[in-house]
Amino acid sequence: MEDCLAKKMEITVSEAEKRTGRNAMNMQETYTAYLIETRAVESQNEGQCSPVDSLWRRYSEFELLRNYLLVTYPHIVVPPLPEKRADFVWHKLSADNMDPDFVERRRIGLENFLLRVASHPVLCQDKIFYSFLTQEGGWKEMVNETGFQLKADSRLKALNATFRVKNPDKRFTELKHYSDELQSVISHLLRVRARVADRLYGVYKVHGNYGRVFSEWSAIEKEMGDGLQSAGHHMDVYAASIDDILEEEEHYADQLKEYLFYAEALRAVCRKHELMQYDLEMAAQDLTSKKQQCEELATGTMRTFSLKGMTSKLFGQETPEQREAKIKVLEEQIQEGEEQLKSKNLEGRDFVKSAWADIERFKEQKNHDLKEALISYAVMQISMCKKGIQVWTNAKECFSKM
Amino acid sequence: SFPKQDLSLPNGTPVDTSSPASSSSLLNRLQLDDDLDGETRDLFVTVDDPKKHVCTMETYITYRVTTKTTRAEFDLPEYSVRRRYQDFDWLRNKLEESQPTHLIPPLPEKFVVKGVVDRFSEEFVETRRKALDKFLKRITDHPVLSFNEHFNVFLTAKDLNAYKKQGMALLSKMGESVKYVTGGYKLRSRPLEFAAIGEYLDTFSLKLGTIDRIAQRIIKEQLEYLVELREYGPVYSTWGGLEVELSEPLEGVSACIGNCCTALEELSEDMTEDFLPVLREYILYSESMKNVLKKRDQVQAEYEAKLEAVALKKEDRPKVPTDVEKCQDRVECFNADLKADMERWQNNKRQDFRQLLMGMADKNIQYYEKCLTAWESIIPLLQDKPETK
Repeated sequence: MEDCLAKKMEITVSEAEKRTGRNAMNMQETYTAYLIETRAVESQNEGQCSPVDSLWRRYSEFELLRNYLLVTYPHIVVPPLPEKRADFVWHKLSADNMDPDFVERRRIGLENFLLRVASHPVLCQDKIFYSFLTQEGGWKEMVNETGFQLKADSRLKALNATFRVKNPDKRFTELKHYSDELQSVISHLLRVRARVADRLYGVYKVHGNYGRVFSEWSAIEKEMGDGLQSAGHHMDVYAASIDDILEEEEHYADQLKEYLFYAEALRAVCRKHELMQYDLEMAAQDLTSKKQQCEELATGTMRTFSLKGMTSKLFGQETPEQREAKIKVLEEQIQEGEEQLKSKNLEGRDFVKSAWADIERFKEQKNHDLKEALISYAVMQISMCKKGIQVWTNAKECFSKM
Repeated sequence: SFPKQDLSLPNGTPVDTSSPASSSSLLNRLQLDDDLDGETRDLFVTVDDPKKHVCTMETYITYRVTTKTTRAEFDLPEYSVRRRYQDFDWLRNKLEESQPTHLIPPLPEKFVVKGVVDRFSEEFVETRRKALDKFLKRITDHPVLSFNEHFNVFLTAKDLNAYKKQGMALLSKMGESVKYVTGGYKLRSRPLEFAAIGEYLDTFSLKLGTIDRIAQRIIKEQLEYLVELREYGPVYSTWGGLEVELSEPLEGVSACIGNCCTALEELSEDMTEDFLPVLREYILYSESMKNVLKKRDQVQAEYEAKLEAVALKKEDRPKVPTDVEKCQDRVECFNADLKADMERWQNNKRQDFRQLLMGMADKNIQYYEKCLTAWESIIPLLQDKPETK
């Protein structure tokens, strides 16, 4: 098994920079560009470091890359991009795309995306991906030249349109259901988490008022004064501590968001399979009806009603020559159809095999990552509790000296 | 040697001088302070065992008041009586009347807005009980107030209402106003040390008011935080239901958040029941103390007015200015009592607030410790590797 790109190459999105330029309609726009740095990983024996290559890319180019991957590898659960616009924000966090904190978290998200692709056994071998990382000029043209947009099935965009599949693959139906539920539950979780963060912020910040009033009170006290004053200081520390705590929690939220979007990617694979199955069934149906038509013409019986048949009955039979011609056309179509059906079946089986392999890989990755995320969340909570105990213990000591 | 003093209480009631504490001389007071500072406590009072009484006219709560004492002023070494709030209120009024130069401890608020607060809820009754217990203990600790006859009757009488009625009848017979009023004298300027006390009390009650508002705000924010947490935890559980391998970890997180909710609820309850009432008590205390300061001003004003009046009539043969002398005594006694009480109050206040604030810190520490335990206990659960399939 060939080593994936991530093992051979160090990839980072190291910087973000505000740029102004002209868009397609020649209007001035502001956007953020991200610096992608790559460096070949040296074997451990060599002392020298290989040089760093770098190029700038903006978010829309990342989107283009991802769309290309989605179309080119429909059986792969393609890693998601970080959100385009800030969502699930609690009040202090800015929803502004230009906000430095948002840009910073996006930088991390984009780096994560590239690392995910680079460590994927199939995706990492893609040439367009490699060029994205290494070739600054002409990359867009290269992608468009692949003509992937033409391959894209527009039906995939109609997310909620239903296609009546007669023999659905149970595994894929269940998986699609799972991805819907997963999206729903993670969205809910992120929304409530944002509200929880908001409220917690309020609790901590109000404690800051104790600092001021203890200080004012200490001014009129003799023996109690020092204790009150220093306790007040600890209340200020407590109030200030929430900012870092919640900033750290945003990383947890980002980890959840990644899997919210991953759920979408999972759903896309199921959808693709559904469409393939539908197309297959349609093709089979079409073939069957053509065979029937052929049979009818050959035997002169009409088992199925057709307007043509009726008109020919009313207005006189066809000539034998005409009938022969028709049969010939149909027979050609039938042969074509059978070949197509064969290849579609093969395609379908291949798709299921490779999709399912990637889905298993994805499941393992998801279970591992989410477990890690939960652990880091618990660690954050533990740290917050310890800080709380520390501050209140310090305050208690000050009070004891009153 | 001490000049012979008119050992009558400022309101003119003659007093049994055999009891050392009935005298308002400074020397005696210092002696008593020494006694009570140490271990020679001879009076113990407790308020407990609230009981609900349902009568045709009304429903009310009584509390058991238990007394243990070796004092000669008490016939028995132990007493147990039942009292209701209005009895405490009566006692406080009586103390204010009969000991106007002293700082009388506050009672918890009399009126509660019906419908908003449940007067018969366990929390309300317990909060009130604690406040009433504190009230009596503060009187017990006071070297003068604890010897007050009304206090004695309150602690010992089987039928307090009979005594109350007796008191009213006696007074109406005497035709004397119960209230200690010196009649509209206006003080020119408050002596520096009492002005300082007044200013201190003003700022003090202001700051307490602010702290009360902050504490209430914190409780409010905590409860709103709790509301969100109560929705947050279960979502992890729902998610756990979707998953196979992650099911246990997610359930674990859900349960953990649930434990934090319980801990937070306990913290808010504690703050509401233990912290806020004490703040409010001290605000009431400050208010009543400021009134005592005003009374002192009036006594001094009366003295100064009468002194001035005498000075203007110099040519007359010197009247035996017993009136003026009495006023002077009153001023000096009042000032002495007040100063002593202020010192005692400052000391008690320091201890009370030290305890209160340490308690507040403790409750917060306990809250975080409970949460810490919860989160630490699920780490092994989260890290648990399932059997390789």
